[in-house]
Amino acid sequence: MADILNNMIPVKRAGRQTVLFSNPPAIISSATVVGPMEGKGPLGPYFDMVLKDDTWGEDSWEKAERKMFEHTVRSAMDKVNLQSGGVDCLLGGDLLNQIISANFAARELKLPFLGLYGACSTMAESLLIGSMLIDGGYAGRVACIATSHFSTAERQYRNPLEMGGQTTPTAQRTVTGAGCSIAANPTLEGDRLYGNVFVTAGTIGKVTDLGITDVNNMGAAMAPAAVDTLTAHLSDTGRGVMDYDLIVTGDLGRFGSEMFRELCLQNGIDVGNRHLDCGNLVFSGEQKVDCGGSGCGCCASVLNAYLLERIEKGDLRRIFFMATGALLSPTSSMQNDSIPGIAHGIVLERK
Amino acid sequence: MANEKKTPEQVKYQKLVKERMPKSQTFSQCVRAFISGGIICCIGQLMRNWAQQGMGLDEKGTAAFTAIVMVFLGATLTGIGVYDKIGEWSGAGSIVPITGFANSIVSPAMEFKREGFITGTAAKLFTIAGPVLVYGVGSSVIVGLLSLLFK
Repeated sequence: MADILNNMIPVKRAGRQTVLFSNPPAIISSATVVGPMEGKGPLGPYFDMVLKDDTWGEDSWEKAERKMFEHTVRSAMDKVNLQSGGVDCLLGGDLLNQIISANFAARELKLPFLGLYGACSTMAESLLIGSMLIDGGYAGRVACIATSHFSTAERQYRNPLEMGGQTTPTAQRTVTGAGCSIAANPTLEGDRLYGNVFVTAGTIGKVTDLGITDVNNMGAAMAPAAVDTLTAHLSDTGRGVMDYDLIVTGDLGRFGSEMFRELCLQNGIDVGNRHLDCGNLVFSGEQKVDCGGSGCGCCASVLNAYLLERIEKGDLRRIFFMATGALLSPTSSMQNDSIPGIAHGIVLERK
Repeated sequence: MANEKKTPEQVKYQKLVKERMPKSQTFSQCVRAFISGGIICCIGQLMRNWAQQGMGLDEKGTAAFTAIVMVFLGATLTGIGVYDKIGEWSGAGSIVPITGFANSIVSPAMEFKREGFITGTAAKLFTIAGPVLVYGVGSSVIVGLLSLLFK
C-alpha cells in the first residue's frame, strides 16, 4: 500500500520521519532580541538588539516577553520591507502556560497564526512546518519564531527570583531571547537579507524518554531525543555526519552534549568535532551558568543571529539544526513523572 | 512512567548519567554554610546580648526582640535584592536561620504582587514556607503530647 502511495504522490518523503523539499524554501530575513546577560555573552555583538533591562519598561516580565515576540517579528519583516499582507502565516510559541507570549503578540500582529508548543524545540518545529507550508504551496512567506525569558520561566517552573539558594551543577539558565526567521518561496520577488540560505529537508522527531526525572538535569533528559532524531535523519537520507559541516543541537548544555556524543557513539555515529550546542555558545564560562543556556529563545537567537549569517557568508555549507525540547510541566514533575524529550531537525544549506 | 518497569536501555542510560554527572562540591559548600550561618547566628547573639544587657529585657522579651530584628533584616535584604546573592554563595548557611525563613516568605510576596494582593501575594505567600510551618507545627504537637504522656 505504501508503495502505491509513493508512486502516486511526488516523493517528498524519505524514510519514516524525514521530509524533503522539492522546491526548497529560502530564509530571506531574520531578527533577534536578547536580554542583558545574553548580550554580555560571547555572541553579544551578533544580536540585533540587547535589552538593558529585562522588563523592557513593562510592568511584568510576561508583558516584556510578549513585547520581545512582537518586536522580533516586526523587525524581521521591516528588514526586507514586508507589510503585514506579505506574510501568509505566523508560526511560533514560547514556554509559558497556554503559550501566552505568542498568543498575545499574535493579537497585535494580526497575521494568520498557528501557535506551537514544542518546549525548546519550537524554533525547529516552526521552521519545519513553515517550510512544508511553503513547499506545499499553501503559503508564500511565513514568519517562524520562538521566545523565552529567564524570569518568566523561573516563576513558572522554579522558585521566586529573590529567593536565596544554590543551583545544582547540571542546571541550565533559561535564555532571555527571541529569534524570528522569515522563510519564503524562492520564486517570490522582494528584498532579501540572505540570498543563499535554504531549508532543504526536515526530520520530525519522536518523543523519547529514558526516564530522567531530575528537573535540574534537562540536558541529560533531552539528549536521547536528539540522538534519536539524528539517527533517523541519517538513516532516512542515507547521509553521514561528514555530509554536514555542523550538527547543531538546541540547548543540551555542557553535560547534555557529553551524553549526546556518548549515545551517538553507541549508535555508531561519531559526531566528533562537528557538533555544536547553542546552549554552550550563548554564555561564557565566567558567567556562572552551570551547564549553559536553555529555553526556546536559546537556539532561536543563536540560529537567527549567528548561524544563518555564517551559512550566508559561506563558512558553513550545510548544517543539521536540531532544536531539543523537554516536554515537562511543573505538575508532571511534582507527580514524579520522568521528562519526555523531543527534537526536530531541519537541514539548512547554502545554494 | 514512574511506576512502570524500566527498560534495559533506561537502566543503562540512567546509570551512565549518574556516573558522569558533575557533582555538587559538598565539602566546600558545607564550609561556606558553616561560615555564613555562623556569621548570621553571631549577629543574632549580638542582638540578644544587646536586648538583655543593654535594654534589660527578660528572657521572653529577648527572644521576641531577636526574632523581630533578624526577620526584619532578612526581609529587608530580600526586598533590596541582596539576599539571593548571599544565598548563592552560602547555600544552607543562609536558608536555615530565621533570616532564610523571612526570605522564603518575602520573595514570593514580591514576585506574585502582579497577580493581585489576594490571588497573588496572599495566596502565594507560603508556597515555600508553608510546608515548613505545617510539618513544624504538626511535629511540635506530637512532641508536646508525648512529653505530656511520659512526664
